[in-house]
Order: sequence, then C-alpha cells, then structure tokens
Amino acid sequence: MSFIRGAAALGYGKHPGRDTLDLMSDAAQRALDDAQLLRADIDGLLCGYSTTLPHLMLSTLFAEHFGLQPSYAHGMQLGGATGFAMVMLAHHLVDSGVVRRMLVVAGENRLTGQSRDAAVQTLAQVGHARYEVPLGATIPAYYGLVASRYLQEHGVSEADLAQLAVLMRRQAQLHPGAQFRDPITVNDVLASKPVASPLKLLDCCPVSDGAAAFVVSRDALPGPAVSIRGTGQAHTHQHVSAAPSLTRFGARESVARALSGAGIALSDVRYLGIYDSFTVTLAILLEEIGLCPRGQSGPFARDGYFDRSGALPLNTHGGLLSYGHCGVAGAMAHLVEACLQLTGRAGLRQAGSPALALLHGDGGVLSSHVSLVLEGRA
Amino acid sequence: MSDTVDWTEAAPGVVYQRCTACDSRWYFRRSFCPRCGDSAPVVLQAEGLGHVHALSVVARAPCAALRPEVPYGIALVDADEGFRLMTRAAPGLRLGDRVRLRFILSAGALLPYCETTDHV
Repeated sequence: MSFIRGAAALGYGKHPGRDTLDLMSDAAQRALDDAQLLRADIDGLLCGYSTTLPHLMLSTLFAEHFGLQPSYAHGMQLGGATGFAMVMLAHHLVDSGVVRRMLVVAGENRLTGQSRDAAVQTLAQVGHARYEVPLGATIPAYYGLVASRYLQEHGVSEADLAQLAVLMRRQAQLHPGAQFRDPITVNDVLASKPVASPLKLLDCCPVSDGAAAFVVSRDALPGPAVSIRGTGQAHTHQHVSAAPSLTRFGARESVARALSGAGIALSDVRYLGIYDSFTVTLAILLEEIGLCPRGQSGPFARDGYFDRSGALPLNTHGGLLSYGHCGVAGAMAHLVEACLQLTGRAGLRQAGSPALALLHGDGGVLSSHVSLVLEGRA
Repeated sequence: MSDTVDWTEAAPGVVYQRCTACDSRWYFRRSFCPRCGDSAPVVLQAEGLGHVHALSVVARAPCAALRPEVPYGIALVDADEGFRLMTRAAPGLRLGDRVRLRFILSAGALLPYCETTDHV
C-alpha cells in the first residue's frame, strides 16, 4: 500500500532566469508543504532527467542542492513516460519497505533555457541516430507518420483530431497555471501553421518551463487521501521504423496490468489523465485503451464526453496541449490534477467526486507505456 | 558482406539483414538476430522496391542546414524483402503507393528517396 501524500506542479510556460534546480526545488518544496512534511522526513529520492541540465547524477546533485540526505536515490530516463514510471517504482519501493517516504521530482527550463532549434534537435534524438535522424525527421514527423496511418485506417479526419486540441484548451481556461488559455476552434487548429503533416502547430504540445513533485508515502494525512492501487507497463519498440504496428501499441496491455493489480474494471474509472503530446497521441491512447470506440475520440470530445461535466472527465488542467510540456514534469501535471480531483480540491475545475482515476503516459513514439490506477478518499 | 552498398556509409544502396536460422529480416544493423539470438545473420542488398506504409511532410526543419529544403516528405516504406525503412519521399505520394528507391544529396548527405514506380 502507498499513498500520494503530497503533490504539486508549478504553472507551466516561461520562467525566465530560473534553471532546472530552481524549478525542481520550487516544486519539491510545494509537494513537501502539501504533504505537511519536512526535508528530514524524506528517505528516498527519484528524479527525472533534464535536457537543459544533462548530468550523470541528477538525483544527488538535486539532493545536495535542496538539502536531502536520502538512503535511496537515482534518476530515471523513459521519455514522456518517466514521471509515471517513477511513481510506479516509488509505489513498489514504499510498498516493499525499502523506503518510507519517496520524493519524486522533475523539472526544467526547456523553453527559456535553450534555443528552439536546440530543443527540436535534442528531442529528435529519440529517433535512430543512423537510420532516422539524418533524414531530417523530427518528433512531430515521427508522430505525423503515425497519424497518417491512423487517419487512413480508422477513417478519421484532421478536423476530428482537432477536436482534442479544442477540448484541452477548453479545460485549460479554468486553470491559472496553464500556458495557453485563450479558447480555440477546430478551424483555428486546421488553419494553424503546418509542422509535419497531418499535424499542425495546434495539434502539437508547446515547449514549456516547469516542474512537478510528489511524495509517495506509506502513510497518508488524515482526511482526503490518494492511494496507488495498480501499476503497469508495456514496451514494444524504441524507433517508429521498428514499431510492430502503427495503429496498435502497448497501451492496452499496460492498462490491463494496472487494472488487474487494482482489481477493478475499466468501467469503474471515473477520471482520466492521458498523455497528449499531440492530438493523435491522445486519440490513439483513448481508443486503444478502450475508453471510446476506434476513430471516435474526436466526436466524443466534440460532444462533451470528456468535459468536466461529461461522462469521463479527462485532463481537466488542459493537458500537455494547453497546460504545457516541460519534459518529464509534463505528464506529472496530469497526476497532480488527478490527485486534486480525487480529493475534491480542484475548485472550479472539480469534476463531480470521482473515486478511481486512470493515468497513462507514453515515451518515445508510443514506445514506452506506463499506467497507474489511483483511488481517492475525499 | 563487403560488396553491399549502404547509404549510411555514403554509398547509394539500402541493405538489410536476414537470420539464416529463423528467416527473420530487419533493417537496423547488428551482429545477431534480435528474434532468436543466432549470431550469424547475413547482410543483403535490397532491390529498392516497396510500398508506402506511412507519410509525413515536414514543414519545420530540425536545424538551419535543412531549412532551405522544407517542405520535404518522410515515408516509412515496406520493402519487398520484408523489412521497413524510413526514407525521404517525393511529393504527391499516398499510403499504399508502389515506390522505387533512389538516392539524393540533401545538405551534403546521401539519403534514400522514394518515388512512384509510375514515373520510371
């Protein structure tokens, strides 16, 4: 048994003049405050990587800077899936008694700490150095390839995909920490600058500065609490050229493992935090997991199914597409929002009183999948 | 092995590997079969024919050297020999199109490029 005793995310966007350690420290302090704990109460530390601060030992660099002397520490690298993978590991290490209270933290100044070209080039290294990167392929291009296949096989239109960007922006309007809050329409998405067809600028998440942190603990605070009920992973490939399929990834298997661990059915889930690096990422994950029929995520989004007041609220903070994406911490904001929803603390964004949430993240090009089932006690 | 021609070594050709034990085929070079572990895969020259599996047109280049070249197409091509590779792509292609590979120079690098077999 483990609890997410504390959770915090900064506002995402521009934090000029603040580096990786500044941002991580800010989020870590807020998570400790939320957990009502002091530095001395933390005995374990897991850190994500930072593209603006590549380091062999980021966890001990951070521990020294922040003022921790944990009995267990290391970093983790699993692309966009890192945040949830750290939570999965923290859960198992806490559950097995290796540590009592694990601080999980990530952040970076991805937007203001480097040039846009540097960011694009760093991220393109997710591609194969010999067989893909020399072709001038970018991360949006890898996902553009996936999207071309998805649109054709499921008879989906670019306007359908655009509905998911519109939905994330609609959700973000109520979150003061979201990077983009001005409403957008399907036509705005379709008319936005081409990036890598069929993906346009508004199909793509932004680059952001930001950080997030959690305390995963054996004990919870009295009152509202969030426990980790199930975890799962699946890894099918690294490079898009080597993916076994461009329309079936490992999401279903990963989620099945998490649901099985929790002893619940998919239909028991009442809140969703799903990775949305691109509109097509979100569409594929929602449909492969079985949260809506194949090809129907756009129409479901249009009809309000995933809204705060809908049947299955999704990413009520605005997701990567509108809250922002600062690397490892990007998806961690999905989990912070899920914790607020499960404990009835989401304020204007509160989506009823969900008891069970499903979180799903992916890294690479839908390569690495991590799923979490959380249960709230309001 | 030494008489094959490989674009990743600046020569105009595409090579792939085949496992002589389990007949698995793959593109990314390694010294063993990733399916059965056999340690003697052969390196073979691809004929350069296949079908378009996926396509994207890149409008935002990853670096300054490629900026003059946008927009350019990227494709995943299913080669007749039973492996998949990424290539540059001619304008106007569609998924499922029959394509032939040739090689182009882009920002000083030799790259595989697929175009419809109707034109050649």
